Amino acid sequence: MDMENEILTGSVVGDEGVLALEELARACGTEAEWIVELVAVGVLAPQGRETPDWRFRAADLTCARRVARLQRDFGATIEAAAVMIDLLHQIDQLRARLRQAGLDVD
Amino acid sequence: MEFKDYYKLLEVDRTATADDIKTAYRKLARKYHPDVSKEPQAEARFKEVGEAYEVLQDPEKRTAYDQLGNRWRAGQEFTPPPDWAAGFEFTPGGASAAEATDYSDFFSTLFGNFSRHSASTRAHGEDHHAKIFIALEDAFHGGTQTITLRAPQVNAQGQVVLQERSLHVQIPKGIREGQHIRLTKQGAPGVNGMPAGDLYLEVCFHPHPLYQIQGRDLSLSLPLAPWEAALGATIKAPTPTGVVEVKIPPGSQSGRKLRLKGRGIPGEPAGDLYLALEVVLPAAETEQAQQIYHTMARELAFNPRHSLGV
Repeated sequence: MDMENEILTGSVVGDEGVLALEELARACGTEAEWIVELVAVGVLAPQGRETPDWRFRAADLTCARRVARLQRDFGATIEAAAVMIDLLHQIDQLRARLRQAGLDVD
Repeated sequence: MEFKDYYKLLEVDRTATADDIKTAYRKLARKYHPDVSKEPQAEARFKEVGEAYEVLQDPEKRTAYDQLGNRWRAGQEFTPPPDWAAGFEFTPGGASAAEATDYSDFFSTLFGNFSRHSASTRAHGEDHHAKIFIALEDAFHGGTQTITLRAPQVNAQGQVVLQERSLHVQIPKGIREGQHIRLTKQGAPGVNGMPAGDLYLEVCFHPHPLYQIQGRDLSLSLPLAPWEAALGATIKAPTPTGVVEVKIPPGSQSGRKLRLKGRGIPGEPAGDLYLALEVVLPAAETEQAQQIYHTMARELAFNPRHSLGV
C-alpha cells in the first residue's frame, strides 16, 4: 500500500480507563515507579484496585505529563507539583463558571 | 530562516552576567510556562525563552553566538556565515532527540547535532505526542485529517535530524476535546528490532463561530424577537446536524436556557445542546416602529427597575 495515502486509525484514550501502568509510564517517558507515586499522592486516580489492573484515562495522561513538565522545568517535588495541579484545576473551574456567567476572563 | 536575538528574548543586555541570565530565565519561565500561564502564545514564548537560555547559559554557545556580533536584528532573514563556529566544538548532551522538535530552525542550524540521549539504552521506541486541531463537525461525522509533524530521525551518521512527515488520520465520531488518539508504532523507532513507540494526538477543537463547546455539551446563543419571548413561539434553530424547530415557552427572558437533549457531541451518552435565549429589540427607525414602542410604553405600565427599588 502507498504509505503516503494510508489512513491511520487509532484507538481513543477518553473517559474510560484504557492505559495500563507501563503504557502510561512510557507515554510520559518515565518509569512506572514515578506513576505509582503519583497515584499514592492522589494526583492520578486509575480505575481498578490492584496495580496490575490499573487503567488510566485521558485526564490522567494529560495530568501526568503536566506534572512531568512542572517537575522538569521548575525542579518541583511531586508534592509541590501536586499542589500546583490542584490550584490550576481550581482556576480552570472558576474560569468555566465565569464563562457560564457570561464574563469573559481572558 | 529568521535571526533570533536571544538577549532580547531574555530581556537582558549583551553584557549580562551568568547570574543575570539565570534570574531572567527563571522569571520568564514562570511567566510563560504553558501549564501555568494564561499569556497569549505562552507555549511559543516559553520555547523561545528556553532556547535563548540554552544558548546564553552555556559559555561555549554564548561565545559562538556573540561572534555573530551586532550585525543581525531579530526577525531578519539569516544565513550562517561560512566561518560559523570554526574552532568550536560543542559539548553534546544539551538537547535530547525528544526535545529537538522544540527548537527553532535557527537554533538547529547553529547548534544542531542533537545527541541521541538515553533512547539507545531503551529497547522500546519512545512515545511521541502532538496536538491535533479539528473542526467540531469532524466530531459529529468523523473524517480524516492530514497532519504534518516534525519528528527527530536518526540519519546514517547516527545524528538526529528533524524530518517532516505527513500522516492521514481517521478522526473517530464522538471524539472530544482533551481526548487522545493513540496511533500504535507511529512514535520513535525501536532499537535492535524492538517495536516503535506510539504517537498520541491530543484533540483540540478549532473555535466554532456558533457553538461554545464544554466537554460533550454545546451551547448556542439564540436571538429572539420580544414577541416570541413574551408570547411563546415555535422557531427554527441551527444544530450541528441540521435545523430543528424549537418551542419557546411564553414569558421567556434573556438568559434562559433550553436544553436539547442528545443534540451535543454524539456518544454513549450523547451530549446536549443548550440554547441561551437572547431577546433582541427591533430598531425604532421608522415612524411606525416608534409608534408601536410608544404604545407599549403607554399601555404596559412596565418598570424594568422594579427590583432595584427605583
